[in-house]
Parts: sequence; C-alpha cells; structure tokens
Amino acid sequence: MKKIGYYPGCTLKTKAKIFEKTALYTAEKLGYEFIELPNWNCCGAVFSLSSDDLIHHLAPIRNLVRVQDMKEGAFLSEETLVTLCSMCFNTLKRANIRYKNSAEDRSKIKNIMDTESAYQGNVSVLHFLELFKSIEPGSVKLKRKLKGLKVFVYYGCTLLRPKEASLDDAEAPVILERYVETFGAEALSTPFSRLCCGSYQTVNAREKVVELAYKILTSAIESGADAVITACPLCFFNLKDIQNEICAAYPDFKGIPVAYFTELSAYALGMDPGEWDEEPGFIKTALAQTGEKKIKR
Amino acid sequence: MSKKDIMGEIAKANSSVIKGVDKSEIKHWANIYIMGQRYEVPADLTIMQAMEYAGFRFIHSCGCRAGFCGACSTIYRLKGDYRLKTAMACQTRVEEGMFLVQLPFSPAVKPRWNIEKTGYEDGAFLAYFPEIARCVSCNTCTKACPQDLQVMDYIQAALRGDFKKVSELSFDCIQCGMCAVRCPAEIVHYHVAQFGREMYGRYGYPRNAVLDKRVSDIKKGVYDKEFKDLVKKNKDELVKIYKDQLANKDKFIKGG
Ligand code: FES
Repeated sequence: MKKIGYYPGCTLKTKAKIFEKTALYTAEKLGYEFIELPNWNCCGAVFSLSSDDLIHHLAPIRNLVRVQDMKEGAFLSEETLVTLCSMCFNTLKRANIRYKNSAEDRSKIKNIMDTESAYQGNVSVLHFLELFKSIEPGSVKLKRKLKGLKVFVYYGCTLLRPKEASLDDAEAPVILERYVETFGAEALSTPFSRLCCGSYQTVNAREKVVELAYKILTSAIESGADAVITACPLCFFNLKDIQNEICAAYPDFKGIPVAYFTELSAYALGMDPGEWDEEPGFIKTALAQTGEKKIKR
Repeated sequence: MSKKDIMGEIAKANSSVIKGVDKSEIKHWANIYIMGQRYEVPADLTIMQAMEYAGFRFIHSCGCRAGFCGACSTIYRLKGDYRLKTAMACQTRVEEGMFLVQLPFSPAVKPRWNIEKTGYEDGAFLAYFPEIARCVSCNTCTKACPQDLQVMDYIQAALRGDFKKVSELSFDCIQCGMCAVRCPAEIVHYHVAQFGREMYGRYGYPRNAVLDKRVSDIKKGVYDKEFKDLVKKNKDELVKIYKDQLANKDKFIKGG
C-alpha cells in the first residue's frame, strides 16, 4: 500500500468525524495507507484568508515541514500531503504556492522559523478527490449498488477558488461528478453547485446564510436530486444543520439529505452502517431505489 | 578511599559554604549582568548560585533548587545573539556575557473547573479556555519552554479535544509560566495542560486493575495485621525482613 501523508484538520476530529471515518475507509479500500502527521497544527484557515499577515502562514508551512521531515525519515512514500476538508486544502495549498513563488515571503518565514527545519518547498498538497480522479468507473469493486440515486454535487468555494488553488477547472469542474459516478450514482450539477453557502457569516449574519442555502438546496431539489454531497464541514453545517431554519423562513422548502462525498463511497464500498452515528438520508433513499428494505447492521 | 579521606574531600568541596570563597582557588570566572549590573562570578556556578555569590538573597523565585518546582524562571540574552532565552536558574550554569533577570511570577487567572461535572468531550477545553482559539501556531511558547516540551502542539491538540495528546505532551511541565508570558495570543498554556491531564486521568487513562485490587484489599483490611506486626518490630528485625525480601525478590514480585 502506498503510504501517504495525511492531514485531517481540526473539524474532522470534532464536528465531522464521519467525514474522516468514511474517507479513511474509502482510501484503504482503494489501496492507500494514510499516515496522519504525528504532530500537526491548525491549517491556518481562520487567519490566513482574512489577512496578509505573514505570521499566519507559519501554521500551514509548519505542517508541510513535518511532511518533509516524515519523507526524510522514510515514513512516507512521497512528499505528498492529502487532506479532506476543503478549507484546510485551500489554506495549505495557497500557503505552499505563496512560499514557492515569493522569495521575500520565503526568507521572512525561514527567518522566524529558524529553530525548525527549513521548508524546501517540495511538498505537494492534494485534495482527497485528486487522488482518485483517474480511476476508471468500472475498475472499483462495489459492494452496494447506488444505481438510480441522483446526487447533486456541491463544490462551494474553497475547492475551486482562487484559480491557482483550484483542484480542477475552476469554471467547469467535473471532479466531484466523476467521483459520484465512480461509485455508481448519478451526478447532477447546476451553477448553484459553485455558489458560496455564506461560510462564516453563519455566525453573525445567519439570515444571509439561510437565504443562500435555500437557493442552493432548492436548485438541487429542482434538478431532481435525492441528496447533496459536499467536501466542507462548514458547507455541511450550513446546508444540513440549519435546514429547520430554512423551513421556518421559506415554508415551501421541503428539505433534502446532505452528506460528505466520502460517505457515498464508503457506503458503496461496503462500510458497516453501524459506523454512522445517525443513518444518513441518502442511504434511506438508496435503499428505496434498489428495493432493499433495511441495511444489515 | 578511607572514610576520613571521603569526609575530607566533601569538606574541601564545601569549603566555600563554610569559610567563604577563596578567590585564589577559582580558576575560571565569568562576567554576568544581573538586571544590568555587572558581576564577576565563578564560572561553574548555576545562575541561582551566582546570584547568591553576587550578594542577592532569595526570598522568592526559588524553591526546590532541583529543577522541579518551576519557581526560578529566568530570561536572558547572550552577547551577540538576538534570541531571548529562558532557563531555570537552579539548573543552568552561568555563561560569559549573560544578561539576565528573574521573573518573580507569571500572572495568570485560573478558571475554576470541576472535572466531575465536565463532559469528556471535544469542546471541554474551549469552554474553559476560549482564548486557545487565538493560537496562530507561531511556536513561541515551544521556543520558550525550558523543559523542551512541544507546547504549541499540545495547545493545538487541546483545540481539537485530544486529552490524551495534551497529557502526554505536557507531562513534564513544571508550570514555570514562561510560555504564558511569551504567548502573543495570551494563552495560559500550563493551566490548559493541567486541566487536560486531570480530565485524561479521570476519564481517558485506562484503569489499572492491579492498583484497584490493592486499594480495595487495603480498604478491606487484608494487610492490617501484617502492618501492625511490622510497626512493632525493632530495627534489627526490620533489617532482616528487608534483606530477606531482597534475596527473594522474584517471589515477592510474582506474588503481586
Ligand atoms: S528552584 Fe525549583 S525549579 Fe529551580
């Protein structure tokens, strides 16, 4: 198995445990051993996007230094770091690009981190989806059928923007659609697949987020989707956990199941449903499609 | 070496304590600056001893003199080096050109926690220490730690509710407070760590079955008689018991 550096990020260890669980299951089934960095710090998301202050880039760069150290110690097959949360992906990748491209920033960062190993700039930051983008749909052995399940893919912002950090064509991405098809479901998308969900505004301008989530989810429902998938714990919260607030603000809103994209793959690959804290809505729909009554626990 | 010789050696080594320092006996000297004032001190003294040699008397910032209590936090710079260094005065030898001062105290309010009423959950750290969310991973705390702990790493572990990692990484903390003084996010790391260790000890650390059994045996009075007998023994009898035990170590260890 290929040993690859893995960066979980804080949210996957707290609010989004099922995201990590299903992703690790998927990766293992597809031949990867994910080695979690023994010590990792915050990706830097909260700070690096809101300001140019260089000190905020120490966090992402240090994570990359640790990948470099692990490769030197032969704990990893290559200098690659995989991550799942789209915010972590965005922050780590952008800091990496900035470090590589700006000699001035590089020397400042090196100077202030002078008691740690100097980062050589060779780590590549990958999103989980990129690992599997060249898999041929028929080549994966699936345990459960998702045939007929219509899945609305939701990219949000941080997988695609800014352009240089995008994991696919920023204007017309297909990577999530491919992923969904690889695991036997049908992928749907609309321009709303790339609309911002409101992100952190959920804290201080919830009504704005409710409005955006309503638009996105309504677009999904109207396109005929049975479920929505996402790669971001914050989008997940905004699209799933505040659906009751959307109902209150928009009485016509019906609601739709939301899941992480890895839940879909782990389910198709045969992960025990007992691993989920609550049964995801898409599983119920998937069962109804295939005529199964109940999933074996 | 005969007994008398040993005593002689010890007396010689301690002669400075008894008779004062005989300057002619000291080969190496160092210049240090205590709060800006230069002192010439014997080069093999610790910072604490050197300060006493220079005439300071500790009524504070000194406790165990053995590197455990964390009372003697010192910050210093060396000539030609921009870094602000930290040390425990009782554990660190003076160096030529040291500019130093002792920190008498690191002001830090400790939130009151009740581990019995606190859930063993991800958010527990943030509930008591919301300021840890201000950590920007600058690593200044780690650089400041005289115990060489991975301080920033345990704060990051606390952020994601990893009690085990917080306990393991902070285990050797002596609570000197240097991390808290240096932190730009104004976190009080050692309180966070203490909370983490208490929680892990209470909820996370696997219980030791041998210990549980022993404690319950003691409570039941299984050893009462043996203990009473032991207390009545005279010195020779105790020595004999002790020697017997040593000779039959294996038996005693196996017997639990
Ligand atoms: S006096 Fe206790 S650590 Fe130095």
